[in-house]
Amino acid sequence: MSVALEILSWICIAAGGAFCVIGAFGLIRMPDFYTRVHAASITDTVGVGLLLLGMLLQAGLSLIAVKLVMIGLLFLFANPTATHALVKAALSRGLAPLLAPGEDSSKR
Amino acid sequence: MFAAGAAALLVALALALVRAILGPTVFDRLQAANTVGTLAMLMLAMLGFLTGRPEFLDLALVYGLLNLLGTIAVLKFFRYGDLGEPGEDAERHT
Amino acid sequence: MLQLTSLGIVLYVFWILLSGYFEPFLLAAGAGSALAVVLLSRRMHIVDREGHPIQMIAAVFWYWPWLLKEIAKSAWDVSRIILDPRLPISPVLVRFKPSQKSQVGLATHANSITLTPGTITVEASQNEFLVHGLTRSSGAGVIDSEMDRRISKVEGYR
Repeated sequence: MSVALEILSWICIAAGGAFCVIGAFGLIRMPDFYTRVHAASITDTVGVGLLLLGMLLQAGLSLIAVKLVMIGLLFLFANPTATHALVKAALSRGLAPLLAPGEDSSKR
Repeated sequence: MFAAGAAALLVALALALVRAILGPTVFDRLQAANTVGTLAMLMLAMLGFLTGRPEFLDLALVYGLLNLLGTIAVLKFFRYGDLGEPGEDAERHT
Repeated sequence: MLQLTSLGIVLYVFWILLSGYFEPFLLAAGAGSALAVVLLSRRMHIVDREGHPIQMIAAVFWYWPWLLKEIAKSAWDVSRIILDPRLPISPVLVRFKPSQKSQVGLATHANSITLTPGTITVEASQNEFLVHGLTRSSGAGVIDSEMDRRISKVEGYR
């Protein structure tokens, strides 16, 4: 493996790990459920994507790489569905979202 | 380098666990559980590289599927009280 | 027929890639399984433009790279909001009417909105999407967006 690829994959893994931590930190910091979901979606998209990309660069062209791509695709297709189901259930259950001042929730 | 990635994932896991314990609503806990599942899947893939055993990727794939199913199953159970009776939602919305 | 063939090929490739063994018995077993699934799916009438949307194959090359770029951009914005000590959020709920006609197009649109950090689709139907945005600008950004136009283009109904 060339040095450039090695460095690139190192950067990807470091950045992915950082985004995962940022997303989890947002999960703690955000004030209500709906905004927490936004924070978690950072972990679920960029964190996962960059970490998988970093591992993909390490794996090279092999079946391992194919499986990593499969995990990534599965994630990009399936995770929004789970998030959407969660948020929809929360709203239909009557969990009122915290809105910015001036935004009327009765408008919805 | 994989060890550094795994360490970052562990930190994120701890933060997500704190949110799962704090709550306050069941949806917060479910979102935290979903995030924990995501991170656990990444952790499995990382461990596979760390120990040089790529078979772990198959486990990660299955774990990713179970994560989605688990969230939706718990959600459905919480909403209707059981896992049966499909189509209840569709009927209500037509 | 085109869709059945394509589904069979996709399933068989999926089998081979997951197994990684190239013995005659396992290859034959894979072919048998793929064929069985194709026949079962045909019996269930789920192989159509919605169940196996090969008309949207252009999306892979034309839409996905753009979507990844958008995800990266908005993830950067949301990360900065999370790390900002003042936490400058202004959550909003917006309603708008998507321009897609097919169920696949609508699902793609809703999924793309949820996938982009900063916006979540709360309710999705033919006539109306309800989107929760983390800030006013991200909420306003989903109405009549570039994403909407691009999905309508790859949808396959011209």
